[in-house]
Amino acid sequence: MPKTVAEKILSRVATRDAKVGDLVIVPVSRVMVHDSVIDAVMAGLRDLGKERVWDTTKVAVFIDHAAPAPTPVVADSHRVLREWVRAQGIATFYDAGEGVCHQIMVEEGYCEPGTVIVGSDSHSNSYGAVGAFGAGMGATDIAVALALGRTWLRVPESIKVSFTGRPRKGVTMKDAIMRVVREIGTDGARYACVEFHGAGSLPQGDRITLAGMTTEMGAKAGIVVATPEAPDWLFPDRGAVYANDVTIDLSTLEPQIAVPPRIDQVVDVSEAVGQPVDVVFLGSCTNGRLVDMRQAAAVLRGRRISPEVRLEVVPSSRRQFEDAMADGTLLSLSAAGAVIGSSGCGPCLWRTGSVLAGQEICLSTANRNYRGRMGSADASIFIGSPYVAAVAALTGVIDDPRPYLEASDAEFDDLVARRRSERAGRGAASVRSGDRARELMLSAARSGVAAEIDD
Amino acid sequence: MSRAWVFGDDLDTDQIVPGRYAPFMVGQDKFHTYAFCDARPAFAKEVRPGDVLVGGENFGCGSSREYAVAALAKHGVGGIVAKSFARIFFRNCINLGIPVLESGDALNLVRDGDAVILDLPAGLLRAPAGDARLRPLAPFAQQILAAGGVVAYLREHGDFPAVE
Repeated sequence: MPKTVAEKILSRVATRDAKVGDLVIVPVSRVMVHDSVIDAVMAGLRDLGKERVWDTTKVAVFIDHAAPAPTPVVADSHRVLREWVRAQGIATFYDAGEGVCHQIMVEEGYCEPGTVIVGSDSHSNSYGAVGAFGAGMGATDIAVALALGRTWLRVPESIKVSFTGRPRKGVTMKDAIMRVVREIGTDGARYACVEFHGAGSLPQGDRITLAGMTTEMGAKAGIVVATPEAPDWLFPDRGAVYANDVTIDLSTLEPQIAVPPRIDQVVDVSEAVGQPVDVVFLGSCTNGRLVDMRQAAAVLRGRRISPEVRLEVVPSSRRQFEDAMADGTLLSLSAAGAVIGSSGCGPCLWRTGSVLAGQEICLSTANRNYRGRMGSADASIFIGSPYVAAVAALTGVIDDPRPYLEASDAEFDDLVARRRSERAGRGAASVRSGDRARELMLSAARSGVAAEIDD
Repeated sequence: MSRAWVFGDDLDTDQIVPGRYAPFMVGQDKFHTYAFCDARPAFAKEVRPGDVLVGGENFGCGSSREYAVAALAKHGVGGIVAKSFARIFFRNCINLGIPVLESGDALNLVRDGDAVILDLPAGLLRAPAGDARLRPLAPFAQQILAAGGVVAYLREHGDFPAVE
């Protein structure tokens, strides 16, 4: 039987013929663990009666989700984590400020193509950027993988997503993947592997954006085929069977906007033009790389963001941070009025950085816009590309970034002035949001950081 | 007899236990008392061991937080029957010993508050309006569930159940 990439990888690592629906027990080439689940993972190992992880060279540990520690409670948990890493003798450890686990896992080469990697974070699908079968799992699964070096998987069906054509200037692979999520929906790839075609030669960062966002469709894994990192065998057989087949023509693609509170509620930017925004977040494993910051700087360089808007930029790793420092990108963004956060997950999941107040509206380049994801449950989160984020920071509204990229300086200033003047008022700051948001704030204040132990 | 608690599609883990009531926020002994505190305030007080949750598509979607499942396990939930499950939630349930069963007709047959019997050997959820058929679980998952979860299974056997 012709095989999909998922079937090929799982057949190879299981050393048997693995077909869709089969259960396989497979070795993992690496286990990724991050700060916010460590207590549960350590408890799991204890319950299993295992003192040591199965192979200290194959475990990667990160402090990124609530980092640097925002409260004494979290600081204490980080301290326990560091002691555990030292006691275990795990060398691959990245402390607060080094960056988001997924970015480092891929850019530092911890993801071996054609192998299975499990991570304690739902966006572990990101490792498919270089042809690894990356899957997110809960704490007990991770504890078992740490103890045994193996995990069980049902061989998933695959969904083929093909890209054709080249995106126009101002349109990015973030727009492309949001177009795919719009097509497939938040559960359309449940249990499945999303196999990307026509994306293998894209920059690694674009491929992380694609693979990581497959989580938002319920996928078990997302794998980009024909990448430079992958061996030749890592390609589906001709005649492989797919559960679904989606083709996106990049040449006609518009910038895409996900409308709160669903990531699959996606519209062309033209339908969202004029939507006021109070906060802009540029960062996350999805879009916090040098190229994303450069796209924002292309819009913001030499200008100031709207006085109505706060902009926070969080590079996804120290490497990306330093590259953006070295070439002046961060200086441009800072001069435009951005707050620059230390590398990590940042405000994506309401742990550190710019938490949203009730009724506030955010435009984020991250991957989730659930109610309450970035702060108050009464806040709203739109998701878009770095270009859209930069224009929103500049004008205070969502707008199509493409005219700005083509405009002369005079036309550009005119566009900005027009959008700022048209921006709908956002009411008095003294008007507080509803009871629920207040209750959330109180509970957060009582117990330290409001924790979203996850991803 | 156990009580059925009926939910709709896309029940996410934030509704099961909101992030602000995570174990490290409120304590290992308390977080389960916040189960469904926003969505179904009566749940944590009224749920009894063996009760069955019934849902629609994509049950347990959203965050991978395992403590959502741990909270249900602490209440002794006897099983969850839904049209489909989110994948991480499904694994977490097997690992922590809660039977998770797919059924196309349970949601149509069962009303909230019904007295039901989860008859695993027969593969049925017996409700006043009729019996809902349950899709059989893989033997692998059945063995882990029979042991009470993956930790108990591994402690007893030292390795995963064999796969065919």
